[in-house]
Amino acid sequence: MKDMTETLLRVDDLRTHFHTFAGTVKAVDGVSFSLAKGEIMGLVGESGGGKSVVGFSILGLIDSPGRIESGQILFDGEDLAKASEDRMHKIRGKEIAMIFQDPMTSLNPLHPIGRQMDEMLRLHTDLDARGRRARCIRMLEDVGISQAEDRLDSYPHQFSGGMRQRVVIAIAMLAEPRLIVADEPTTALDVTIQAQILKLIRRQVREHGASMILVTHDLAVVAEMADHITVLYCGKVVERGPTRQVIDDPRHPYTAGLIASIPDPSDRKHRLDQIPGAVPDIRKLPRGCNFRDRCPRAQALCAEREPDLETQEPGRSAACHFPVEGGGT
Amino acid sequence: MLGYTIKRLIQMVVVLWAVSVIVFLMMSFTGDPVFMVVPIDATDAEIAQARRILGLDRSLPEQYFIFVQNMLQGDFGRSYVFREPALDLILERLPATLEIVLVAMAMSAIVAIPLGVYAGANPGRFSSRTIMSGSLLGISLPSFWVGMMLIFLFAVKWRIFPSSGRGDTVEILGTRWSIFTADGWTHVILPSLTLSLATMAIILRITRAGMMEVMRQDYMKFARAKGVSRRNVLYRHGLRNALIPVVTIFGLQLGDLIAFATITETIFAWPGLGKLLIDSIYRADRPVIVVYLMLVALIFVVINFLVDIVYTLIDPRITVK
Ligand SMILES: Nc1ncnc2c1ncn2[C@@H]1O[C@H](COP(=O)(O)OP(=O)(O)O)[C@@H](O)[C@H]1O
Ligand code: SF4
Ligand SMILES: [Mg+2]
Repeated sequence: MKDMTETLLRVDDLRTHFHTFAGTVKAVDGVSFSLAKGEIMGLVGESGGGKSVVGFSILGLIDSPGRIESGQILFDGEDLAKASEDRMHKIRGKEIAMIFQDPMTSLNPLHPIGRQMDEMLRLHTDLDARGRRARCIRMLEDVGISQAEDRLDSYPHQFSGGMRQRVVIAIAMLAEPRLIVADEPTTALDVTIQAQILKLIRRQVREHGASMILVTHDLAVVAEMADHITVLYCGKVVERGPTRQVIDDPRHPYTAGLIASIPDPSDRKHRLDQIPGAVPDIRKLPRGCNFRDRCPRAQALCAEREPDLETQEPGRSAACHFPVEGGGT
Repeated sequence: MLGYTIKRLIQMVVVLWAVSVIVFLMMSFTGDPVFMVVPIDATDAEIAQARRILGLDRSLPEQYFIFVQNMLQGDFGRSYVFREPALDLILERLPATLEIVLVAMAMSAIVAIPLGVYAGANPGRFSSRTIMSGSLLGISLPSFWVGMMLIFLFAVKWRIFPSSGRGDTVEILGTRWSIFTADGWTHVILPSLTLSLATMAIILRITRAGMMEVMRQDYMKFARAKGVSRRNVLYRHGLRNALIPVVTIFGLQLGDLIAFATITETIFAWPGLGKLLIDSIYRADRPVIVVYLMLVALIFVVINFLVDIVYTLIDPRITVK
């Protein structure tokens, strides 16, 4: 394993809320984690858990009615939560790049992809037009697009979904950012292409020595890609730890439930153990543990007091009054 | 592209032909023009002779055939009033109308598009809501009233701009233009402003609606995630994606203003097409009205064609076939 002692990003007690007519949505409510240089961290949880909002908060892309209420986003020691918009323009793309979920909509349909790539380099490098063009071609080849030079003049609609995501990855990597936030980068793609794209992303991140936050609702993906896992439920971290340990030996009942619902490729007929019930309405969360209505281990205490995120063993923590021990549920 | 152009040209010819039939029939069923050319005390023989000279004694299909044949040679007959070729009369007035309309359209676009982008990108702001209320005024105020108010304020009260006429003109390519002289410009401003208000308001609202839709799109957020400044996100990535309906309306309004600048031209005594049309209708000057109608049809058909071309320039997914 690489040297992971140097911290690149430390998110500390981040709270991002949306003030809607229907009430305040505490989409992210006290999230903390840190990311070492070169590390890939999986950010997992069901839809609505606040994963994307964490990603957008880091890039300073939370729009009204949303707001970062409190907390720190320390990127290489600089608090991005307090950075000016001008400063963020220099950080976005150059230091931190983002890969979106749906490649069909994340590229501008009216600009040739060459121009959309060039824009990144014009913003963040001093290269002249020739140099930028050469870099774009090399990058396209790197992500597996053949006849790259001719493809520069093509428009997004002339590419398939998988190819578009390759272009998006190429754009994200162009300025050699130190951190990639990939928000469900394969969810919108054909199952057959998902593995290719994931491999490509991992190779790119490793080759460039970048760190990555891989947002996904799919634990199987994270198990394969990530060094560490952070599990999010209702805007809060419920479990955190090294990937292998969390997958093999989850402590939080929610994590255990997610793992139980990973489809087993060798056993297609077997019904999946989906977590019963649904994610509660984040605007009116009950007192106590947010997971208790769906939790097989819930007891009286769970309705009374919300569990804190506590260290279970060095490098691992979970927020549960009655954590799972020794692998079973 | 060539095939497409040819196909569109054929379409245009078909439309113009249909208009020519309608115009011809309309003219044939609205009164007998022979009385416009003969003196009041003409004898029956004189009337019959005039009829023969005008070709009115022939059958309708024959008359139509001659009508089209003459038209193709640029001969629309002479104005009953001015005794000049009707086409020359119209063409002489056309530049006057074109210049105030083009200036009006330019003013509309320059004012409305940035305001529409702003209001669409910041829909909640007080300033955006003020802009939208203002645009409602622009749509609902009748142009005769706006024109008169402008004359009252700028011409009578403050004496900044003159209230009527074209001012100095220069002759370029055989026609006279006001917009190429300083004095002409002072005459152009007020009528153009009057013409532009409604268009300005409509374009503003269409731009805003388009931008609001575009703001929700992922590619806008992706552009921001690349570090593109807000201004460039709005104008380089956003506006173009919102432009198709704007161009559509722009084309329609352009044709509309050229064809129906009548009221404004009357208020400002601007010697354009509109005034000529009104005068011709009053005096049942048929040849002039015919040229006018054919010209308006031609203008709409050409604008429509240009708008389609502009679509393809804006959006690579729209192809001409
Ligand atoms: N612009 C917004 N306005 C109001 N609520 C929002 C907005 N964006 C996200 N949310 C809310 O924040 C919560 C977390 O959303 P999100 O981060 O997209 O979840 P995930 O990515 O984990 O599926 C959801 O309840 C969602 O409804
Ligand atoms: S605190 Fe209680 S309800 Fe919440 S996850 Fe743990 S056992 Fe379940
Ligand atoms: Mg999401």
